[in-house]
Amino acid sequence: MTNYMLEARDITKVYHSEAGDIMPLKGVSVELAAGELTLLMGPSGSGKTTLLSILGCILSPTSGSLQIAGYSTNGLSAEGMADLRRRHVGFVFQSYNLVPTLTALENVMLALDLRGASRAEAPDLAWEALAAVRLSHRANVMPSKLSGGEKQRVSIARALAGAPSVILADEPTAALDSENGQAVMALLSEVAKDTRRAVLVVTHDHRTLKYGDRMIRIEDGRIASRARRRSMSDAMLAPAAA
Amino acid sequence: MHTTADAAPIALPGRPAPARKGMMRLPMIPKLAYRNLFHDRLGLVVTIVGIVFSVVLVAVQFGLYLGSENRIAAMFDHAEGDLWVVPLGTKSFDDPAMLSGRERHSVLSTPGVASVQELAVGFVNWRKPKGGSTAALLVGSEIREGSTLPWNVAEGSASALAAPSAVAVDSTYFQELGITRMGDRAEINNMDVTVQAVTKGIRSFTTLPYVFTTLSTARTLLGAPADQSSYTLVKAASGTSIEDLRAAIAKRLPDAEILTHAEFRKRSLDYWLFETGAGAALIAGALLGIIVGMVIVAQTLYASTKDHLNEFATLRALGASAGYINKVILIQAMLSAMIGYVLGMALSLAVIWAAEDSTLLIVMTPNLALMLLALTVGMCVLAAICAIFKVIRIDPAVVFSR
Repeated sequence: MTNYMLEARDITKVYHSEAGDIMPLKGVSVELAAGELTLLMGPSGSGKTTLLSILGCILSPTSGSLQIAGYSTNGLSAEGMADLRRRHVGFVFQSYNLVPTLTALENVMLALDLRGASRAEAPDLAWEALAAVRLSHRANVMPSKLSGGEKQRVSIARALAGAPSVILADEPTAALDSENGQAVMALLSEVAKDTRRAVLVVTHDHRTLKYGDRMIRIEDGRIASRARRRSMSDAMLAPAAA
Repeated sequence: MHTTADAAPIALPGRPAPARKGMMRLPMIPKLAYRNLFHDRLGLVVTIVGIVFSVVLVAVQFGLYLGSENRIAAMFDHAEGDLWVVPLGTKSFDDPAMLSGRERHSVLSTPGVASVQELAVGFVNWRKPKGGSTAALLVGSEIREGSTLPWNVAEGSASALAAPSAVAVDSTYFQELGITRMGDRAEINNMDVTVQAVTKGIRSFTTLPYVFTTLSTARTLLGAPADQSSYTLVKAASGTSIEDLRAAIAKRLPDAEILTHAEFRKRSLDYWLFETGAGAALIAGALLGIIVGMVIVAQTLYASTKDHLNEFATLRALGASAGYINKVILIQAMLSAMIGYVLGMALSLAVIWAAEDSTLLIVMTPNLALMLLALTVGMCVLAAICAIFKVIRIDPAVVFSR
């Protein structure tokens, strides 16, 4: 039986405005299985970012249900949502979003601090997370002195720290050159091998296809296709059924 | 499956790792606050200058206020008595008139009175030895063993005032009185006087020099009859109710006011500090200092928060509670307050030290120092609230749009 770390059912999001209602998501269902890297692809304006925000408990859906690591988000307040994402979700951002006044190690320790790690254990866990992304030698370097690839690896270490159930990556290779992009995807793929964790990567880059275990294509707020690794290229071409 | 050159199993957080000696043990919230604060050095300097300016301004204004209080109350703090018999309508000690002359005997014949001391106080014309004249306030008291007026006698002695036409003046008024040392002669109301004692640091709030002498000399110089005085100080016998004694004296002296020591002191303070507006101006200056300081701190903290808005949004996205972020901002404000307070107090003490030999009396007390600390912290915390309002409105979803 598949162990889903995240299950979203019939997610709809409606924004009300004077110009009329905008509906970026129209009944989207997504499951992220433990030990898998899922790619979320789609054109600009297709609803990827809105979906990512909802899956990461940053936005609440207008309707539909979401469970992360078995916990339902139904009825949670903003602080309750913050608590759920703190404990169970790790983020990797396109622009890294590292705190510029903290070193690489401290950036990872910050995430651990948010997740309630004790001051005694946090440094060791942070070193370990940096070692996992092969950056321990740059632990005490400020973000401004790191290359783009290194920054993204710190960002991945920050997401890994505290062992969240789900890692959500928003176009993690978009700001990187090809070589660094491939390295980051390889790293995320390795991260996804842990059977206690699911990884979702939002991407435009078709060169990342080889790293995914599954691929979901979203268009106009609806799932346009789903595919497992062996049929991904076909799915990219054919807007077929889920 | 894909392959990569450096692909290796990802170590999972939770596995024991070797401890690093000398690791940062400062909690993350103060560390983040400290780093944010010191990251923008120019912003920090502006903030600190604002707080220092505010602390110095408030310290000097309140110090002047306390100094004014000390000067106004100096006579009361050195005169011994439980009740004051004063002419009706007297506004302050420095606003003298003459009593009728029968007060001493009326008071002494009231049961419960231990002793009575009379003071003759009046404005006089001081003619300088080398020409010119100035107004002064003559204070005549009964000089005897244990007399408390005048005090702080630096040269000569109070008992030397018993000599005919002897007066005591304060060394800080030498220039104004046209004299240079003890023994100099001058004229008061066209009568010769000799400086037989010099005090140090007795200055009046009104800036008129005090001239101390005996009661009898004062009466002569003021042209008052031998039984007349401005104030009659009454000392109650032990065990006597002050209120009962006041009522008994008031019954005997319907043309005078009978005030407790505290009442007359407060009346004098209220008159000079509030009725004349002098104290209000000092308090207004202090308030201005607080407002200016708060605006500067609020503005710089707000700007600093705006500069770090992306980081705060990231923290929010990573699951930081509103309380976590608020603590970062509040600690930033508290750090600014502490640095500003220490520097501000150091500068204020330097100003007070520099003003020691001037005509300004600026007083710093432990209570004022504590109040300034509370004010500085309160000012910075209030200023931080503006920044907190900005941060709590952050939409963490913005982290995906950058």
